[in-house]
Amino acid sequence: MTPIHYARCLGGIVKREALRWTQQRGRFFSALVRPLVWLAIFAAGFHFVLGVSIIPPYETYIPYEVYIAPGLLAMIQLFNGMQSSLSMVYDREMGSMKTLLVSPFPRWFLLTAKLLASVVVSVVQAYIFLGIAWFWEIDPPPLGYLSVLPALILSGLMLGALGLVLSSFIRQLENFAGVMNFVIFPMFFASSALYPLWRVKESSLTLYWICQANPFTHATELIRFALYGQMAPLSAGVVAGATLLFMVLAVWGYDPGRGLLARRGGGE
Amino acid sequence: MTPAPQVTTAALDVSGLSHAFGPRQVLRDVGFSLAPGDFTVLLGLNGAGKTTLFALITRLYHSRQGRIAVFGHDIRRQPSAALAAMGVVFQQPTLDLDLTVRQNLAYHASLHGLAGSRARIRIEEELERVGLADRRDTRVRQLSGGQRRRVELARALVHDPALLLLDEPTVGLDIESRRFLIDHVRHLCRSRDMAVLWATHLIDEADDTAKVIVLHQGQVLDQGPVPQVTARAGVPTLRAAFDTLTRQHQGTPQHQEGAAR
Repeated sequence: MTPIHYARCLGGIVKREALRWTQQRGRFFSALVRPLVWLAIFAAGFHFVLGVSIIPPYETYIPYEVYIAPGLLAMIQLFNGMQSSLSMVYDREMGSMKTLLVSPFPRWFLLTAKLLASVVVSVVQAYIFLGIAWFWEIDPPPLGYLSVLPALILSGLMLGALGLVLSSFIRQLENFAGVMNFVIFPMFFASSALYPLWRVKESSLTLYWICQANPFTHATELIRFALYGQMAPLSAGVVAGATLLFMVLAVWGYDPGRGLLARRGGGE
Repeated sequence: MTPAPQVTTAALDVSGLSHAFGPRQVLRDVGFSLAPGDFTVLLGLNGAGKTTLFALITRLYHSRQGRIAVFGHDIRRQPSAALAAMGVVFQQPTLDLDLTVRQNLAYHASLHGLAGSRARIRIEEELERVGLADRRDTRVRQLSGGQRRRVELARALVHDPALLLLDEPTVGLDIESRRFLIDHVRHLCRSRDMAVLWATHLIDEADDTAKVIVLHQGQVLDQGPVPQVTARAGVPTLRAAFDTLTRQHQGTPQHQEGAAR
């Protein structure tokens, strides 16, 4: 196996992920519609309830829609990360995962390729959302569209790796609802996606610290600052660290010798 | 009777293989060997341990004990070489229903480091062989069950493996599709000198020219060419031999729960 073979393998995995995304129409549209529903309904409803004071990186008072846009970008990636790897768990009882794992390439490479593929899809989704959000007057500086790219890649990696970990550790999931309740909702709501953390701090100090410890908060903040051409070093560090941790766990979970695949019998 | 000592390298060599899920022992000291060109039927009822055996051979996870080697490559120490020589058709369907036949096969080719014109040619050849070349741009969802199985077979062969593993490939297929699949695979054995392990619970899929491994409750009860196995059991047919073997096994002290039927 030479680097050319590795490149072909990666190319094939990315292409398949992209094809699946565009050809499963339901998934395609729900991925686009979900954040727009939040923007159009939730943000409109809370527009007058929640006043947002001037906090970095914003330099003026901003409408609520502008505040939650980065959180919605992170949400797109959260859903995408869960979907692309968890679909492997219940889609035909690990069938597609088996096909991937009997490839002669090393397992860490296959999992990383799978992760990169899901990041490519989630970044494209995020930009489509930004394009539509422009009509809601969510218009960051033009250079922000460029500087947000590395942030989206990093947060996409983290959330995708989390999906991989879950897919290796979760024994059985009846449907997507389980993940919604125990992963997506807690991560999303206990974060800075919907409300600034200083407001959370006013009502509950415990919740404030939970939000601070939530890697999703840092993914959101990383995207928020990057969208305005600024760097959030702490968030970048947390997201990078969490990515590494999740990836190590995922490779461990799929290790044929130690992992949990063996314990549950590989879908038998 | 144990298999004769291998002069040439066996396509697949399994020895002393045992595996348990927690307290449940699924495989006990399983051993067999496949030579190139062998068509071997792994015969066992549901729950005999066939799927676990497949998972171990394909390195989905490692066994607790024993050794598996593919053309001399140990699955633990040289997984890449072992997996590269192997084509697999899993029991559950594993095609992407929303992708076309060709997209599915191209994905698989890339997983083996194949791309571009070389992959295109291989895909065409294999689709031609299973008679689905004209459906190459059809979405898998629109194919019948038998056609999907043929696509999976073509997919398993795209990288030209020398060892082909099929786990209950005919489940849910009509007689004609079943016939086609068996004939096609047996032809591959002869024409490409391919070693095939065909797991099934359907006894009539092993004719007199095949080799058979009788797996029951995780143990190999007998193995060898079908005529030898029936002769050893002292009965005329493989069905009768299977019944005799499993009944004898049931009668051993640790299995007093009564007849299997």
